[in-house]
Amino acid sequence: MTITKVLSQTALKAAVNLQSAKVPTQLVKSSAALFSAYGGKQQELPSLTYDYGALEPAISAETMTIHHTKHHATYVNNLNAAIDKLDAALSSGDVSGIISLQAALKFNGGGHLNHTLFWENLTPHLTHPESPKGDLATAIDQCFGSYDGFKKQMSDKTIAIQGSGWGWLGYNKSTGRLEIATCANQDPLQATTGLVPLLGIDVWEHAYYVDYRNVRPDYVKQIWDVIDWDAVEARLNAAK
Amino acid sequence: MKIAILLSVLCPAAAWSSLSMKAGGAESNVNSRRGFFTKAAASVVAGSVGFVQASQAYNLPDLPYKYEALEPHIDTPTMKIHHDKHHATYVANLNKALEGKDQPEIVDLMENAIAAGPAVRNNGGGHYNHAFFWSELEAADKAKNTKPSKQLEELINKSFGSVDELKSQFNARAAPGALFGSGWVWVCVNKKGDELKLVGTPNQDNPLMKGAADEIMFPILGLDVWEHAYYLKYQNRRPEYVENFWNLVNWDKVSENCAYVVEKHAGVPVQG
Repeated sequence: MTITKVLSQTALKAAVNLQSAKVPTQLVKSSAALFSAYGGKQQELPSLTYDYGALEPAISAETMTIHHTKHHATYVNNLNAAIDKLDAALSSGDVSGIISLQAALKFNGGGHLNHTLFWENLTPHLTHPESPKGDLATAIDQCFGSYDGFKKQMSDKTIAIQGSGWGWLGYNKSTGRLEIATCANQDPLQATTGLVPLLGIDVWEHAYYVDYRNVRPDYVKQIWDVIDWDAVEARLNAAK
Repeated sequence: MKIAILLSVLCPAAAWSSLSMKAGGAESNVNSRRGFFTKAAASVVAGSVGFVQASQAYNLPDLPYKYEALEPHIDTPTMKIHHDKHHATYVANLNKALEGKDQPEIVDLMENAIAAGPAVRNNGGGHYNHAFFWSELEAADKAKNTKPSKQLEELINKSFGSVDELKSQFNARAAPGALFGSGWVWVCVNKKGDELKLVGTPNQDNPLMKGAADEIMFPILGLDVWEHAYYLKYQNRRPEYVENFWNLVNWDKVSENCAYVVEKHAGVPVQG
């Protein structure tokens, strides 16, 4: 490895590594790994920790299969192609080349990050707490009044997204408060808003079209049944 | 104008809207009072013949073909949901957003749609775009007998080199990496009327809207690449959908669109 490559890899690792001071729990390990895994290393499609049919009836096996093996896989493949090109451009100091890759890195890198977070904040119904517990519940009550109040706000904002995007519950490191935010397309929450992602809901049509057709509100209503509140709480504790 | 008013009393509101469309640009004064005339005409007709019609400013136009006509390239369930649900929702939301306000022809609403706010931008754009889209498609066995007019062919050759090159560039512009997320790809005539341009717009924007692209342009052909336009049949295989779309293009209609926009320097009017 050239000195340039070592230096640029170190700089990039520092820039994207969110978990440097904390040991991530098992639950958030793969998404944490994503944040610190640069260095020309190829990204991998993470496996789900449940069967494709495990989230029914909220999300069908058919949707999960296509969403994971086609959509997410494509983001990973395209991201890896962009990383290879970025590596070459960095090594040769091709600034124009570096800049021209930004869109592909954002789309595909964001797509990979977002979907990895998504699979981890979903879990089969009734294998987990049905609503937030512990520190997360306290924070939600403090910031939104109640779980139901939070659910309504997040549902409304997420449903209202025009076109493709994501609804997020995020943690504001400066204020120590929870916030609801939305992002367009695959724009990643932290890079776009500074909020640490705790819970994401994908409302690209591919996330719900097979099961709900155009009725996004029904999908958003049902997805609350399969949220992994343990994972969301672990992310909050890691972010604090 | 007087004849038009007399006719509006005798004809249903829907016929009035197509009359006012065909009359073209001179109707700009009437258009801003279109809601009034439509409602007046509808209530007179409703009273005299017991004919009940919702006097909405904007209406979901019927498809000019059956739902299954575009098979196998666009499947029947998609046409049903796309028209009866997605497009219908845009129309309903637009009517809600503009209730009691100025209700110009949908094409005339486009120029200032972005300034008018998200409800008009998204729903007005959605209504225009889909009405435009249905009108340029045709069943494959009929579409293959259509071809660009001499005027359109010359513009295509001048701007792209050939029809094949146009298709190739269009397909590239419509690819998932080029138009990310939801949006439309358009072939437009530029403002001067002497060149064709390819442009992609996000969500329900279109090139008629001030602010959507570098300059206002006039679409003659468009393709919906929102996932709902292709998901049931193609899932994530958007490039396959885009390639198959060419089998359904009614080049006679596209040529008519071209002649209209080159002459009028204005957007193609649509049903609804």
